[in-house]
Amino acid sequence: MIAAESTASLIQSVDWVAVAPPTIVAVVGLAVLVADLFLSERNKHLLGWISLTGLVAAGLFLLPLTDSHRAARSTFCLSGPRATACSYTVDEFTLVIQLLVIGGALLTALLSMTALKDARNSDKELPEGEYWFLLLSSAAGAALLPASRDLATLVVALEVASLPAFALVGLKRGDKRSSEAALKFFLSSVTATAVTLLGVSFVYAATGTMHLTEVGEKLGNVDGQLDTLAQTGVVLTLVGFAFKVAAVPFHFWVPDTYVGAPLPVAAYLSVVGKAVGFTGLILVTVVAFPEYADVWGPALAALAALTMTAGNVAALRQQATRAYSAVRLLAWSSVGQAGYLLVPIAAAGYADQRSDVLEATGATVAYALMYAAVNLGAFAVAALVGRTQKLNRVSDYRGLYAKSPLSALVLAFFLLCLAGLPPGIIGLFAKVTVFSAAVDAGLGWLAVVMAANVVIALYYYLQWTALLFRAPEGEPVKHHVPAPLTVAIAVTAVLGVALSGAPQLVLQFAEHGVR
Amino acid sequence: MQFLLALIVVGPLAGAVAALLPAPPGLKGKSPDQAVLRHGVTVTGVILIAAIVLALGFDHDHPSKMQATTDISWIPALDVRIHFGIDGISLPLLVLTALLTFLCALYSYFKMPAGPSPKAFVALILVLESGTLATFAVLDLLLFFLAFEMVLIPMYFLIARWGGAQRTRAAWKFILYTLLGSVVMLLGLLLIGLRAGTFDMVALATDNGRELSTSVQVIAVLAIGIGLAVKTPMWPLHSWLPDAHTAAPTVGSVLLAGVLLKMGTYGFVRILLPIAPDGMETFAPYLAAFAVVGIIYGSLACLALARPGAKGDLKRLIAYSSVGHMGFVLLGISTMTPTGVNGALFANIAHGLITGLLFFLVGALKDRTGSSDLDTLAKESGAALYGKAPRLGGLLAFGAVASLGLPGLAGFWGEMLALFGAFKPADDLSRPAFLTFMAIAAFGTLLTAAYMLIVVRRVCMGPTAEAEGAPRLADVHGYEFAAWTPLVALTVLAGLWPAALLGLTDPAVQQLLAGGKS
Repeated sequence: MIAAESTASLIQSVDWVAVAPPTIVAVVGLAVLVADLFLSERNKHLLGWISLTGLVAAGLFLLPLTDSHRAARSTFCLSGPRATACSYTVDEFTLVIQLLVIGGALLTALLSMTALKDARNSDKELPEGEYWFLLLSSAAGAALLPASRDLATLVVALEVASLPAFALVGLKRGDKRSSEAALKFFLSSVTATAVTLLGVSFVYAATGTMHLTEVGEKLGNVDGQLDTLAQTGVVLTLVGFAFKVAAVPFHFWVPDTYVGAPLPVAAYLSVVGKAVGFTGLILVTVVAFPEYADVWGPALAALAALTMTAGNVAALRQQATRAYSAVRLLAWSSVGQAGYLLVPIAAAGYADQRSDVLEATGATVAYALMYAAVNLGAFAVAALVGRTQKLNRVSDYRGLYAKSPLSALVLAFFLLCLAGLPPGIIGLFAKVTVFSAAVDAGLGWLAVVMAANVVIALYYYLQWTALLFRAPEGEPVKHHVPAPLTVAIAVTAVLGVALSGAPQLVLQFAEHGVR
Repeated sequence: MQFLLALIVVGPLAGAVAALLPAPPGLKGKSPDQAVLRHGVTVTGVILIAAIVLALGFDHDHPSKMQATTDISWIPALDVRIHFGIDGISLPLLVLTALLTFLCALYSYFKMPAGPSPKAFVALILVLESGTLATFAVLDLLLFFLAFEMVLIPMYFLIARWGGAQRTRAAWKFILYTLLGSVVMLLGLLLIGLRAGTFDMVALATDNGRELSTSVQVIAVLAIGIGLAVKTPMWPLHSWLPDAHTAAPTVGSVLLAGVLLKMGTYGFVRILLPIAPDGMETFAPYLAAFAVVGIIYGSLACLALARPGAKGDLKRLIAYSSVGHMGFVLLGISTMTPTGVNGALFANIAHGLITGLLFFLVGALKDRTGSSDLDTLAKESGAALYGKAPRLGGLLAFGAVASLGLPGLAGFWGEMLALFGAFKPADDLSRPAFLTFMAIAAFGTLLTAAYMLIVVRRVCMGPTAEAEGAPRLADVHGYEFAAWTPLVALTVLAGLWPAALLGLTDPAVQQLLAGGKS
């Protein structure tokens, strides 16, 4: 009898359907790495198709999970009487973020196919097998993160998402800038993760548990002597995630890393990398540390204000004629956008009721979905222009309308969405949601700072937009647009337009929160 | 009816998209440029007809009731509803917008401003029209904000692409000023919406601010007021206006002065007065003070520009005169009385008609002489437009005297009523302060008369028999007559029969100020 009980507690039954999406991505990544050994040079392009299929399959495996989004599915739970604490939970929040991550990775893969093909045709070849393996591994980690419900899994997922990213950034062989960027990225990220680990260990010391829900319960009645330890632990844990979001003061790696990395990787970092960061922040703050909301609430509010100001001011100072200024501008603007993403999380720290917390985090999710679609779209057009204009300066976009009217209109739309001006209606309303989260939480000063930032950001976005429609210098040269790139641009454009017509699709998460 | 209103708002947008597509066979016209300009005339014409039909079908016995309403849920998450409707306050502005845009499209068909392709020009004008019409038709705070923002991008491109000297700087100044104001306004709108639990303007107006504490109202009025005051523009937030007008192409100036400025004052009447009356009461004396400073400042600036040797630009001068005229509108609103607000709304329409006409005339003058600089035009003795182009000169003189508020023309009633309102402001406001404001504003009308007459003397009069070789100026063309006659006729009509307009606005204003009480 006793033996039977102990075996039952030793062998867990795993809900394979629930863990399918990240698992598929990881398995396909390994398969690609193995297949790379057996494929001849000529057939290397098949690796891209395998990866793409894998990502689509992972996306499809989200479907069977959707009907259960009212009752969350959990697995890897503690056995025994305390079966409430699980390490892996699929709820609405998990699903939405996994959709974002897998969708983002899919669009990155589309951009990568063209980039790899171009690299194959030039002398600067990229190792394809490694590239796809690293991309898929990182995506698997990013997809695991939103489902993690204990601190150890969370840190492991964070690392799985980050480590391959360092290698991806430094993948341009023989490119000094690329290696330097990778090193910069690596060193600062490792420091941040180490600090997070320290914080996690403090929290563990104070509470004696790793599971987020239990941490949340136990932090409420920590021994008076351990209070300082717990408080320090809470703050230090946030550092690693703040790094991934690229919040101040962990933002300086962004521009050099984006410029040094292959463009699709920069797009990936700007969307999926940030998703990893703010998902971790939401999980840790709202689920594990609600007791210390008076600590992390103001801290995140200050961080948000500093981040958006630093990003937007730096983006404003970019010179249009500097080499790679387009990518730099997108990099700095993504820092600014990260600041907006932090605002509702900070607001959640000021909320009194559970429903207000959910609404606030839902606003972040809604904003992130909008941002993912239009920012990837902007990167896709930048990739298109970067094929002919190797330096990818903002001034190279002058007269894009005359060369290819559609991509110019689409880029203008994306930029206006990021700026939050009509016709980018979804961008406008996503900002309105963030604003209302701040106003609702009584963070009037933060709303005003954000308002000033929106105006600054508008200046550089609109300057770029205006440049697209200027008369071009020299004869416009028509060139062939590769199919994967066309698909990526078309998908993001359709998403942006559809969301502008029916903003409810993403804003619903801000209405009733993401459970 | 509601389909008509929906058509009026959405029609121009669809027209803008159609303008970007290649013309279908059978509508190709003589050239692609001509076809797309004709498309612009057709679309704005249809919208104007729809607006007139709407005005005819409007129930004139109940102008305070919201009519032709549509109310569909759009974004439940933010409680945003597609809520359209018109009453006696918005109907005149709606018709004015449709009329001015049509006249601009007609004018551009014959006289396209120098710049890139007319395709984009027509599309932008149509988007602009849609945004302005939507501003006057929506009854949801967030939708109002959306419509308010919608005009920015088209106006920016109109100035930056088809404008004159210094256009890039002027366009930036325009958009940055307005945007800075409107983001602050958004915060105020959100504050109201979140505290009152609804963004519906009708519900909020009926509630008359009872749901909102005084401190919330004060903050909201400050935030929203700044956004609207930039657009109006109120002194000292006006400095974008002269630059924008000087650089904008003729039709851009006409639309900017005639329609866009009204979005600001309309917001004051539609949002601030009924929804946050306590907050408005706190700020009314300051608003009135800024308004009269604007009146005096605008007039003095015009006098300085009109002086010989000042190198005053005529467009700049009219822009500054707009600051003064909008000062009267703001003064009327700040009295918070039916008389004052009716006067403000009347002055709004009158300013749209008269200033629109003046910008058309100055634009035509600039096309003929190549300059709108007063000194270059007048030399020492005067430009003698009466002699060279008598009809043009006559129209200019007509516009000038209408603008200075000659009784019998449209400009008179609005300023008159605004001053009356200031004579007896709402009960809770300080009467002595408003009496002072009234006296200063009345002095402003004298200054206005002074500079307008100087302009008439310098531009219209002068010796005709100058050098024999001097090129004769072409007098008013047929298409110019077509574009200007409606404005002249309406100016006279509104001056002689003000009851037509006041009968529409008065019941609606009474209800707005009384809230749900009446």
